[in-house]
Amino acid sequence: MADECLIRAVELGKDYLTAADTFFPVLKDIDFAIAAGEFVAIMGHSGSGKSTLMNVLGCLDTPSRGHYYLAGQDTAALSSDRLAELRNRIIGFVFQGFNLLPRVSIQDNVALPLLYADVVKSERRRRAQAMLERVGLGGYAERLPNQLSGGQQQRVAIARALVSNPQLILADEPTGNLDSQTSEEIMAIFGALNAENGITVVLVTHESDIADYSRRLIRIVDGRIAQDGPTAQILEPVRP
Amino acid sequence: MMIGPLLGEGWQAMRANRLRTFLTMLGMVIGVGAVILMLAIGQGAQMMVNDSISSMGSNLFIVLSGSSTAGGVRMGSGSVPTLTLGDMQAIAEMPEVAAAAPALPNTAQVVYGANNWGTLVAGTTAAMLVVRDWEVVKGQPFTESDVRAGTRVALIGQTVANLLFGEEDPVGKTLRIKNSPFQVLGVLGAKGQSLDGRDQDDTLLVPVTTAQRQLFGNQFPGMVRFIMVKAKSAEFMAAAERGLTDLLHTRHRIREGQDDDFTVRNLTALAQAAAGATKVMSAMLGAIASISLLVGGIGIMNIMLVSVTERTREIGIRMAIGAKQGDVLLQFLLEAMMISLVGSLIGVGLGVGCAWAVSRFADTVVVVTLSSILLAFGVAAAVGVFFGFYPARKAAHLSPIEALRYQ
Repeated sequence: MADECLIRAVELGKDYLTAADTFFPVLKDIDFAIAAGEFVAIMGHSGSGKSTLMNVLGCLDTPSRGHYYLAGQDTAALSSDRLAELRNRIIGFVFQGFNLLPRVSIQDNVALPLLYADVVKSERRRRAQAMLERVGLGGYAERLPNQLSGGQQQRVAIARALVSNPQLILADEPTGNLDSQTSEEIMAIFGALNAENGITVVLVTHESDIADYSRRLIRIVDGRIAQDGPTAQILEPVRP
Repeated sequence: MMIGPLLGEGWQAMRANRLRTFLTMLGMVIGVGAVILMLAIGQGAQMMVNDSISSMGSNLFIVLSGSSTAGGVRMGSGSVPTLTLGDMQAIAEMPEVAAAAPALPNTAQVVYGANNWGTLVAGTTAAMLVVRDWEVVKGQPFTESDVRAGTRVALIGQTVANLLFGEEDPVGKTLRIKNSPFQVLGVLGAKGQSLDGRDQDDTLLVPVTTAQRQLFGNQFPGMVRFIMVKAKSAEFMAAAERGLTDLLHTRHRIREGQDDDFTVRNLTALAQAAAGATKVMSAMLGAIASISLLVGGIGIMNIMLVSVTERTREIGIRMAIGAKQGDVLLQFLLEAMMISLVGSLIGVGLGVGCAWAVSRFADTVVVVTLSSILLAFGVAAAVGVFFGFYPARKAAHLSPIEALRYQ
């Protein structure tokens, strides 16, 4: 049943331990599936639980209740090493703060996931360079991250996310630190990846302009799914 | 996960904080250097002691005559002449004994041509050469018949040969001891210093009979000062000592309860005590030096803990893009090992350099052995692993989201 679903959450819940030693439910009864090739935006205000959901989807965190299936595998049953492998092979992460290694060259940053996939050096370089050219930064291979602008750094991060040929790109507020023009450029890259390469894109944002690039929108309110449907329908009433 | 790229990253991390890396390394440099230097000094001392011991001969007893104690006043050995050549013969025939030789030493002026030298002239038999493991490097030793007949022949030590004959070949030449002419039969091999620092080559051996009758005019014919005895092997030492004492008791008619008129001393035991003391000393030097190695290791652990905290976010990023716990562990462990290994390489250089300087300028024998270098190096590597493991484990067990959220 889960074959065409890349992501499937079943009655998923997540609790956090509060300072008062009580459990606070951050996510409640989350049920949804995302098929391969979709472009989904998860929207919500800060504190709504959307980032926690993102961490669970990215196998960085484990659910407290329910099940999360990634590529047909129940992640609750997997060891931390298997989860690391899933992150390495199936998921590409793009973060708000870019999260590039500061002392490492752009090319080596992009090649890093391949290092953990035991790809040989020449192949790592070749593929990293190819990805850098794809995001328009072929000439910046030997630079360090702090020599690049924010938009350029985020494009490097996208190249890094793409280098291991993932099925899924998870972007957590990818334009949060960028001006609107650069944001548009970055979102155009995500659009192209989804349309041309069939890569599933899930992005978390609180801005409707950004969510507007997606084709499906899931709105999270107080840890529950409040709305789930085509982006155009959900965002329409908000428009002037 | 491949080691190669991790080594590269470790190197980069070390370079990123040069001063800190250098200071951390300094602990290992000093530790390894100190261990190597101290072991070298200890080994040098041991070698000196061992040389002295082997120059003396092995499995040796010395039987001194007439050192009876009367009312707390111990008479000097030889003051009461009690040992005879007959005793010596009987000892030599004991089954536990390989050889026994008498000694009747006295100082005398020796003259050859224009040169003269006061030296120790010892009357003995050819067996002395066996007892002391002494070889005749030039010419011949004297024989039983020389001893029986009391001929005027001599074997000279290296020092005497150099001082009297210089470049000349002494064999066959005639020198004068107390104005009596003696023919030099042979030259003894070099022995060097004894444990107490005497020059063992500053001596001259003559047949014991000649010494008794013609040189020192002994008033008790047939008496000797002491007898040197060599046991067949180390296992026979105890039996030989007991046998010797019993034999002399019988021969000297000493009943139980009476004071002995001789003393048996185990020279090997003395030598072994000296060797043991040196061994303890060098072990202690090594142990004290190892403490600095330990301190160096704690320094590495400290800095690696700081490094793990500083790089928490980096660890989170690595985990997010697919680093397994083992990968993170290996990365930090390798970094700690690189610091300790590079530090110990420099330390080996420092230790060997200092050892050389000590031997050159302090005139002390120091011996740097490959095994001490390997030991120091091995311990340093182990220190790196041991003290690097805890911080590396801490890094590997970070939760990915906690690490990513770390500011």
